[in-house]
Amino acid sequence: MIPLSWYLIFAAALFSIGLFGVLARKNAVAILLGVELMLNAVNVNLVAFWRYRAPNMIAGQAFAIMIFAVAAAEVAVGLSLFISIYRRRKTVVANEIDLMKW
Amino acid sequence: MTLLQFVFLVIAAVTLLSAALVVSSRNLVHAALWLIVSLFGVAVLYALLDAGFLAVVQVVVYIGAIAILFVLVVMLSPVAPKDNRSQVDARWWLPGVLSVLLFGGLVWMLSLWQGFTSEVPPVADANQLLVQLGSELVSPNAYVLPFELASVLLVAAMIGAIWVAWERK
Repeated sequence: MIPLSWYLIFAAALFSIGLFGVLARKNAVAILLGVELMLNAVNVNLVAFWRYRAPNMIAGQAFAIMIFAVAAAEVAVGLSLFISIYRRRKTVVANEIDLMKW
Repeated sequence: MTLLQFVFLVIAAVTLLSAALVVSSRNLVHAALWLIVSLFGVAVLYALLDAGFLAVVQVVVYIGAIAILFVLVVMLSPVAPKDNRSQVDARWWLPGVLSVLLFGGLVWMLSLWQGFTSEVPPVADANQLLVQLGSELVSPNAYVLPFELASVLLVAAMIGAIWVAWERK
């Protein structure tokens, strides 16, 4: 059988890859892609802990569904913000959106 | 090695490889398409964890809605750069070191925990898990409030997204 450690190591690796994407990418849309990977890693952790440690309490799956909803909301608002920013400033490169950077 | 372990290792390798391509490919359309592969791998892992409903929701919501939204935005709007410059910051090694450190720290901290290598406990009836999830999500004694809040949040986010992206003449 698969031990819990495999899932946790996999989720840690996925989270780290997503973090790299968020920190290293220039384009704001690519940063949002990294955030999606991180949210997925968290979800894998939630479901794995639910299945291995408390299969009688459904909390892990319930919270995973909340994260689905929050991720969908985040992507919709984020992408529309980027489209709006592009219209005003003709760029979505994170370094060039510096109106509030002093 | 059992068949399940083999399936897990193959799926995990595919998922991590495509995740690495998501954060490194120069073309944003390719990155969004690799995200679909990565999300599909995670859906298979949900199925391995006896969370069949979540696997279906992952395919419908994440792949069918979120990833397709990314693909549409990248392809239909001028947000993505047309040239083939590197899409990664010049100081990419700093986040790289940080990510490797985070991964090492997480694994080290988890390995100290005694439940790290715990085996999967048997469940009497896997179908009962789905029934339990469905009834607890709408039960006043369990998760009906967060569930309803999540749906209100979704509606607010969709209206907000339309409002923000609206092109005012």
